[in-house]
Amino acid sequence: METSAHDILLIGGGGAGLRAAIAIAESMPQADIAMVSKVYPMRSHTVSAEGGAAGVAGDDDTIDEHCYDTISGSDWLGDQDAIELFCNEIPKELLRLEHWGCPWSREPNGKIAVRPFGGMKKMRTWFAADKTGFHLLHTLFQTSLKYTSINRYDEHFVTSLLVDDGAVRGVVAIELKTGRIRAIMAKAVIICTGGLGRIFPFTTNANICTGDGMALAYRAGAPLKDMEMVQYHPTGLPFTGILITEAARAEGGWLLNKDNYRFLQDYDLGKPTPTPVFRSMELGPRDRVSQAIIGEIEKGRAFHGPYGDYVHLDLRHLGEHKIETRLPMVRELCLKYENLDPVREPIRTRPVMHYMMGGVHTDINGATPLAGLYAAGEAACVSINGANRLGSNSLGEILVYGARAGNSAVEYLQNGASGGNSTRILAQAAEEEHRLEEQFLRKTGGTERIARLREEMQKTMETGCGIYRERNSLMESAAKLAELQGRFNDIALDDHARTFNTQLLQALELGFMLDVAETVVHSALHREESRGAHQRRDFPKRDDSRYLAHSVVARSPQGTPHLSYLPVVITRWPPGERIYGRDH
Amino acid sequence: MSDTIILEVARFHPERDTEPSYQSFEVPLRADWMVLDALNHIKDQLDGSLAFRWSCRMGICGSCGMMVNGVPSLTCESLLMNFAPGPVRIGPLDHFPVIKDLAIEMDEFMGKLQKVRPWIVRKDDYVPKREFIQTPKQLAAFQQFTLCINCMLCYAACPVYGLDPSFTGPAALALAERYNLDSRDQGSAERTDLLAQHDGIWDCTVVGECSEVCPKNVDPSLAIQQYKISATKDWFKTWLMPWGNK
Repeated sequence: METSAHDILLIGGGGAGLRAAIAIAESMPQADIAMVSKVYPMRSHTVSAEGGAAGVAGDDDTIDEHCYDTISGSDWLGDQDAIELFCNEIPKELLRLEHWGCPWSREPNGKIAVRPFGGMKKMRTWFAADKTGFHLLHTLFQTSLKYTSINRYDEHFVTSLLVDDGAVRGVVAIELKTGRIRAIMAKAVIICTGGLGRIFPFTTNANICTGDGMALAYRAGAPLKDMEMVQYHPTGLPFTGILITEAARAEGGWLLNKDNYRFLQDYDLGKPTPTPVFRSMELGPRDRVSQAIIGEIEKGRAFHGPYGDYVHLDLRHLGEHKIETRLPMVRELCLKYENLDPVREPIRTRPVMHYMMGGVHTDINGATPLAGLYAAGEAACVSINGANRLGSNSLGEILVYGARAGNSAVEYLQNGASGGNSTRILAQAAEEEHRLEEQFLRKTGGTERIARLREEMQKTMETGCGIYRERNSLMESAAKLAELQGRFNDIALDDHARTFNTQLLQALELGFMLDVAETVVHSALHREESRGAHQRRDFPKRDDSRYLAHSVVARSPQGTPHLSYLPVVITRWPPGERIYGRDH
Repeated sequence: MSDTIILEVARFHPERDTEPSYQSFEVPLRADWMVLDALNHIKDQLDGSLAFRWSCRMGICGSCGMMVNGVPSLTCESLLMNFAPGPVRIGPLDHFPVIKDLAIEMDEFMGKLQKVRPWIVRKDDYVPKREFIQTPKQLAAFQQFTLCINCMLCYAACPVYGLDPSFTGPAALALAERYNLDSRDQGSAERTDLLAQHDGIWDCTVVGECSEVCPKNVDPSLAIQQYKISATKDWFKTWLMPWGNK
């Protein structure tokens, strides 16, 4: 087996991975960095983020207000020390991106422009039209190209972490182009693999969002946190699940039911006004707005369509000029995928799985309990998002905590991290190679099609573990996933070739997805309350006496999820009622 | 109208084939489907060994570029119905070595990206305390060149690149121009020095095939012409006006 060795290895080349890599290259120029990504970095899912990145910018805004919005948005499940650190750091990070060339939208005087966003009390969301994630990713990637210490392994898929003597020592990865299996050693590993949206059938997430890093950590003994906290975005296009950014509402768009009525006023989200009001109506938080749309659907006040019930997002009153300058991608997507022009027609939308608040459990430094293993971005759970992330906090998170995880890994190295026992590590890598050969590449027979198992998994996640859950539905999903785990051993591969075997990747991704799906269902089953995005029909109230706590899920020796709880860090903002659309 | 359509898909498997060939698949012709949905139907239901790249399925990640009936296209944006009654022929992007089936080799392009120094260069090492002031007009001067998604369609359309793969090519040159025109950047001289050395930009015939196929309405052809002008100006400055302000 081919082997190579580096100081710090990043899994994933999206926003978090690139920011971490640049932080390492800057703070420790002699460090040898490896970036292992299953796609070319600029293909990473950061590219699809649209609306913006929040960071206090105006004189009328304060860090404390950003903290409060984030904490109340999280339904008090976010850790307040992590949130305060985030809100303090993010304006500096966004400025750094400006200095690196990010084409932020500007005011007429040449200063950075900001826009309102859901759940935010002030205008603080920096944006680059409505392609903010695209510009952020390309700026980071292009900037990373000037650092020669970053060695990229593009289109390499990590299949397992190498762990020896209680610490991470590297990874095993398959090079897609050749099928070569490589052991890539490192003294520290940072997981920046993004989300897991593809465990659901209807998601904004790209094909690559299969929870790889979460599964890698979980299998290696690092626990996951708050996995029941799955965000649905209120406005996805009905067939494709393509995201229509919250910026559409921030710029003044309205949500209407089939009676042309701004129904959010019936869900304790304020009174309708002609122009947007902070933390009110269409600028409510995503969990509450998505739940309201389900309410309309259940009351029969939504439209019926071939892909399920939907409501209207109406932008017509904004006019062509505003739509073209502030929301060009919304228009482009509607024209291409719905054959409608939002200048002239309302957009059909329905809630769509969008973001995982949970992830690999880390401390405020991005460190996991497993020595040498770090995580950042959507793959990680620090947690600043708690039970509901505010729109435009995730692009900020990949910057602040990406850089922080990178710097923590540097510190770990400087404190004398060792490479471990190479004989034992190589033996472990050889064992993994054997597993890949026997279970997949050389395997003959098998009766289950990958697509079939994947569809059954996605269906049970939606029906049992969607916006609303209850004990029975979750029990059914848990049983179904256990069944699918068994059937996974009997999958059939059409492709046994080495070269660019994407079916092998699909199989490995499915294995990862089944593992993380189980952690989602079991975490949801154990949290007997409703908080933020986690809504239990059988436990409709928030229960701070039992669940002002993070779920921590670890893999038992039998391979099943084991749950425990960790208190939330409360500093200056005692738990209170979440109030939107009225004074408090 | 028939409710199915035939896709003729290029197959090439380097461990087995010496030449590429086309294989026909019959797939459902659904009103909402893009060509990419049809390829995924083949992969999921008919032949799992078909190799192609895709990810965002919303025209922004740049992964799924292929030749669709001979035209470089993003398959996630190409409505299947537009090709009815078919057959529709899907091939790998022209001008690139093929790794397998529809997946092309693009490591060379990744090297070209790095070569054009696509980052802000400051000769004065100045970093403002707050943001660089940049008016909407200054932003507009380079904005269109920031929109490139590196999908490679322009390389598949470029006749010069077809003849000479060492040509830096439309997307990478547009990216260089993107930084040259950015009011925050001071690196245009060093980029021009690097790129003007190569004959490539002088071979570009201004036919503009690259701009025509761009799914994001970037105009790489314009970038290349601007480049030629600034390179020529620099050449004149160097040779005819050695006292000039370089």
